[in-house]
Amino acid sequence: MAERFTKSMARNIYLGGSAFFVLLFLALTFDTQIRAMPERDNRDQLTDQVVRGKHVWENNNCVGCHSLMGEGAYFAPELANVFDRRGAGNSEVFQAYMNAWMNAMPTNVPGRRQMPQFNLTDQEIEDLAAFLEWTSKIDDNDWPPNIEG
Amino acid sequence: MKYESQRVAMPYFIFALVLFAGQILFGLILGLQYVVGDFLFPEIPFNVARMVHTNLLIVWLLFGFMGATYYLVPEEAQTELHSPLLAWILFWVFAVAGTLTILGYLFVDYATLADVTMNKLLPTMGREFLEQPTITKIGIALVVVGFLYNIMMTALKGRKTVVNIVLITGLIGLAVLWMFSFYNPGNLTQDKYFWWFVVHLWVEGVWELIMGAILAYVLIKLTGVDREVIEKWLYVIIAMALITGIIGTGHHFFWIGPPEYWLWLGSVFSALEPLPFFMMVIFAFNMINRRRRNHPNKAAMLWAMGTAVMAFLGAGVWGFLHTLAPVNYYTHGSQITAAHGHMAFYGAYVMIVLTIISYAVPIMRGRPYGNSNTAQIVEMWGFWLMTISMVFITLFLTGAGVLQVWLQRLPESGEALSFMATQDNIALFYWMRLVAGCFFMAGLVVYFGSFFIKGQAAPAEEVRGPATQEA
Repeated sequence: MAERFTKSMARNIYLGGSAFFVLLFLALTFDTQIRAMPERDNRDQLTDQVVRGKHVWENNNCVGCHSLMGEGAYFAPELANVFDRRGAGNSEVFQAYMNAWMNAMPTNVPGRRQMPQFNLTDQEIEDLAAFLEWTSKIDDNDWPPNIEG
Repeated sequence: MKYESQRVAMPYFIFALVLFAGQILFGLILGLQYVVGDFLFPEIPFNVARMVHTNLLIVWLLFGFMGATYYLVPEEAQTELHSPLLAWILFWVFAVAGTLTILGYLFVDYATLADVTMNKLLPTMGREFLEQPTITKIGIALVVVGFLYNIMMTALKGRKTVVNIVLITGLIGLAVLWMFSFYNPGNLTQDKYFWWFVVHLWVEGVWELIMGAILAYVLIKLTGVDREVIEKWLYVIIAMALITGIIGTGHHFFWIGPPEYWLWLGSVFSALEPLPFFMMVIFAFNMINRRRRNHPNKAAMLWAMGTAVMAFLGAGVWGFLHTLAPVNYYTHGSQITAAHGHMAFYGAYVMIVLTIISYAVPIMRGRPYGNSNTAQIVEMWGFWLMTISMVFITLFLTGAGVLQVWLQRLPESGEALSFMATQDNIALFYWMRLVAGCFFMAGLVVYFGSFFIKGQAAPAEEVRGPATQEA
């Protein structure tokens, strides 16, 4: 670097640049969280049951194999749209599907990836299904590209 | 080594390397589970092995950063560490808590672990990379606060160098952002948004300050280039890192609920994120070309060049490959993400820790000019085996990812293959990745072997400018 460009100039770019972008990021965060998100995350349907379902999701470390809105592990299918894929967008169909699926695990097919038996109660499965249904209705810019996730 | 208290870095480095070995072992288990789905089931299900793999990585890198800090801050400040005793106490607290947490993952069912650690009171578990019980998270926060206190007391009473200031700024950022790991609202979109405040703003934000500072320190020591020049570079690099990386967080906001303007902001700023890494490459090679001494520790020099190059490839190039929103729409959450994650973490953070270890550990072992020639050659074999293996792991995962996108993401609903059918179709790539992973493990064994070779390097015969006495 040319000698005209001094260390204190470099430091000022660092301090000024990072301060500016931290503030901009905070302003954007404020706009995202306060203005934009309430219209996109269907929070009016965020019931206690959905929150309980989120805790079932967390307490069993589902994200250790599955992805949810593309985030998590890539060992097992995406679940943000599983309500549409396996429940055809119908709550009762999906509840029935979830019940059958969770109780059928593991398949014990030799050599195949196995999902553990989590011994969830019927209530927990219902909560989990409600959570996944709510998640499927978040406006996420039309991701994933198709039903397979 | 100028100050006796720098020696407290040693247990941190040793424990970091032990955990590193554990991380790679579990990586191999995961790699095998990708192709032999029921391997070790139900004893160690995939989610448990993955949690161990990623958490070991995070914890050993933290040990590495702490070791690096304890080593270089006193020397930069030209004073003894404020309290070596506190550093030792915190070492044992962190080591015991970390080990217990990993054992908990392995031997206690996760839901039970959540239950007995009273996750209900403050639910923070079950989120990717933040799987630790809340009590462990609190422990990490306390250890980091004690560590920062010790380091700041040391830095404040001595010489204030840019390396110290940048390193400590990065560490404070690390501590502050960790607080977001305790925020877990019931609204998934808010949870995910602030989860990235820990994950992204660590690895694509403040950790780059830590990496830059450690690299700058090692280059000052190895090349003898004027501190003023190196510090100027350091400021420019971290300026670019934060200017691009903070708004660059937006590339994670594309598909998790936030509004559409993030598609633009995230794409544009994260497309610039390779810049600081590119500058690190220019920086490292420039300083080495302008060196005023030939330091006999050639292995450390190799790691320093390697970390700059591999961080640029892994974080910079592989990050850019899938960061633009129209591309990311199809690649998000595919094996391409995994490919990028592996090379970026290895290049930027694994290698910077191994760089400072390569430089500092011989000195702490009474070999001020580095290990013997034989030991250095073995270490370099370890370097090349691990690094080339990681390149292949990345290439194979990228191949798997491209095919996955082609089969599962690009076709319309109805024509696209299901997730599991796609996985069967790309199994060959997973097998090749597993082979590359075995070579990585072999490289790690060779690398560890280099520590057991006796002897030390002599002062360089060919010295230009100031001699290496100050090494």
